[in-house]
Amino acid sequence: MRPPLVELRGIVKAFPGVVANAGVDLTIAPGEVLALLGENGAGKSTLMQVLAGLYRPDAGTILIDGAPADLRSPGDAIARGIGMVHQHFRLVESFTVTENVLLGQGERRFLLRPAADHARVARIAGAHGLTVEPRAVVRQLSVGERQRVEILKMLYRDARVLVLDEPTAVLTPQEVAPLFAAIRRIAGQGRAVVFISHKLDEVLAIADRIVVLRAGRVAGEAQPAETTPRALARLMVGHDVDRPPRPVAAPGAIVLELRGVDATGEGGRRALHAVSLAVRAGEIVGVAGVAGNGQRELAEVVAGLRPPEAGEICLDGVGIGHLDSRARWRLGIAYVPEDRLAEGLIAPFPLAENAVLRDYARPPVGRGPLFDRAAARARAAAIVERFQVRAPHVDTPVRHLSGGNQQRLLVGRETWRRPRVLVAMHPTRGLDVDATASVHRLLLSLRAEGVAVLLLSESLDELFALADRIAVLHRGRVAGERPTAAATREEIGLLMAGAVP
Amino acid sequence: MTPDQIVALLAAAVTAGAPLIYAGVGETLAERSGVLNLGVEGIMLVGAVCGFAVAVATGNPWLGALAALGAGALLAAGHAVLTVTLGAEQVTSGLALALYGTGLSAFLGKPLIGVPNPAPFRAFPVPGLGEVPVLGPILFRQDALVYLSYGLALATWWWLARTKPGLHLRACGESPEAADAMGVNVAAMRYGAVIVGGALAGLAGAYLSLAYTPAWTENMTGGLGWIAIALVIFSTWNPLRLLGGAYLFGAVDALGFRVQLLGVETSSILLRMLPYLFTLTVLVVITVARRQASVPAALGRPYFREE
Repeated sequence: MRPPLVELRGIVKAFPGVVANAGVDLTIAPGEVLALLGENGAGKSTLMQVLAGLYRPDAGTILIDGAPADLRSPGDAIARGIGMVHQHFRLVESFTVTENVLLGQGERRFLLRPAADHARVARIAGAHGLTVEPRAVVRQLSVGERQRVEILKMLYRDARVLVLDEPTAVLTPQEVAPLFAAIRRIAGQGRAVVFISHKLDEVLAIADRIVVLRAGRVAGEAQPAETTPRALARLMVGHDVDRPPRPVAAPGAIVLELRGVDATGEGGRRALHAVSLAVRAGEIVGVAGVAGNGQRELAEVVAGLRPPEAGEICLDGVGIGHLDSRARWRLGIAYVPEDRLAEGLIAPFPLAENAVLRDYARPPVGRGPLFDRAAARARAAAIVERFQVRAPHVDTPVRHLSGGNQQRLLVGRETWRRPRVLVAMHPTRGLDVDATASVHRLLLSLRAEGVAVLLLSESLDELFALADRIAVLHRGRVAGERPTAAATREEIGLLMAGAVP
Repeated sequence: MTPDQIVALLAAAVTAGAPLIYAGVGETLAERSGVLNLGVEGIMLVGAVCGFAVAVATGNPWLGALAALGAGALLAAGHAVLTVTLGAEQVTSGLALALYGTGLSAFLGKPLIGVPNPAPFRAFPVPGLGEVPVLGPILFRQDALVYLSYGLALATWWWLARTKPGLHLRACGESPEAADAMGVNVAAMRYGAVIVGGALAGLAGAYLSLAYTPAWTENMTGGLGWIAIALVIFSTWNPLRLLGGAYLFGAVDALGFRVQLLGVETSSILLRMLPYLFTLTVLVVITVARRQASVPAALGRPYFREE
């Protein structure tokens, strides 16, 4: 191995109540793609934020090119050749790509020269295979393009270490391949790329070397060629993670049925075409599809958030297409939306209030015009208990909870009254291994209780593990439907791509 | 009206627009950096009284202007401490500053009421340019502060749009997180913008007491500070459009005055309402016409790095 570009020695960083890094040693060599693997809260992001100058370590040293470096701010780190792309992009939306790239330290000059600057940004982008239009305003860019701008900002300053914090979490599957190609290209120039992730398959696909963090310490190191997903998962979690068993199904009568449903999506385009689908009691029907093929609209049409243009939606054989979401909730349709913080929970509100968002107007929480706080707290405490939500207190704002705990709270609220139907969209997105397993167990226990579950997911692993049948959406149509036991991944993949097998 | 009268009206508009340009450019800088300063009216009044006092004491209007700049900067620095360092609510702090400045100027100005200004800024033609027909009398037979106001608006536009420090200032007003992540010192940029903006508001006030009126009377700004803030929005935070807005306001203001001279029978109170009514109308039209004005996205939002 070539001498390391960066060496972290005994990094300790504590926050009130949490030790994020408890003495971490790590080396980063030029030209390598180093994956930093770990669960949420394992300390991966904190460690890299220390390296990026955002946090000052409580103890430990950072060596760059063998010399100790004192990084007091992101500017210091950038000046030393360390650039980090955060999960939440830090771009100025109203600026052009070029303006965003030029912004900040790295070049001492006074004047902007728009024409020359655009050309220069375009040249650097081209050299790294990061296609993006320099004159475009960031507001109009897709998430994938924005990510490229963030990477460009660092390459423009000739970063030698590029840290990417969960770069695929925000990307659609189609955007991942070009990102991986760019990462390879950047590493091929002798730069180091640190890839933070908790997704085993991605880490195995892109990394030259994998370092696993657990509870703020290095739990182990592995070469992708010599390890297995199972071994990595064990390192990450500290114990074996088993797929929850899926007992044999005994589906009952049809509970939810869609017949020839059409719906319009954002921007007025037709998003669903004559979708017919049935979900029985005690059955999980999975919906697969590449993002943007009508999954969101399907979930919303069932939940009552989007009116159907044509066709029928029936609950126990009775048409409910004309009812709003509150009426449907009362009939027993529960909904776990795609973006839990935007649509499912109110981030700054405490647990107790989020726990009763569906029921605030009904006794015991709503008494006439009054809101019974004590009853809300009691309900929240019951959900916390039954669904194992780890929270300091029912008065804690939900934004302080981890994603997994937010999701358990949300699922708990939605299923508290034993719904007839649960619509769950991407219920494990952004969750770590343990939290994912707990959500999976919840869905399976609902199935055992006779709930009809419609599960929309981007993860075929998840669908094959949970669903009794898998329907595939392609361009708003049901391209095919298979019993999971008789389906293969290849077949589902072809249906997703629009090829009829 | 005769052509001569129209030229005279436009010349008066340019004169009346000058204080709005100083105050408006200053406010544009502050708001572009993300800090709303509603204290302009108060700062203008303190600038007017300090400038006048120093000019009377020294007999030199330039020293008066300098004092007004300093007084404005000092008041604005207080606003900056409250809003940038302490993260106080900007609207509240600004309103407090407006009220404080109004009261302070009345107190400081008590002995100056009725005192003549021995050395006001006087109009002088720019050699050559002043002789150009039409444009000469409108633009180039003004006083020094009016000439400087053209340059200020142009230079500020250029600085914001075409220089890297200007880019950094705009970034602080749009996304302080992005600016900070790339090593821009957000607090320093905002302090600078608010203080320079305040200094310019002070100078705007001094223009009234050293050139326009030129004397000290209580509350002599008559709401110009508020109009300047409105113009900043009307101009969508663009100093060049601000120039146009200021002259439009100045023209309506001058027109009201002239209508009286022409002997048209109207209430003078109604006429004095005109410029404000006009500004309001323009604001409503602009807001309706462009649904999404280019408001700096982080305007009014304090920034602290998450730790």
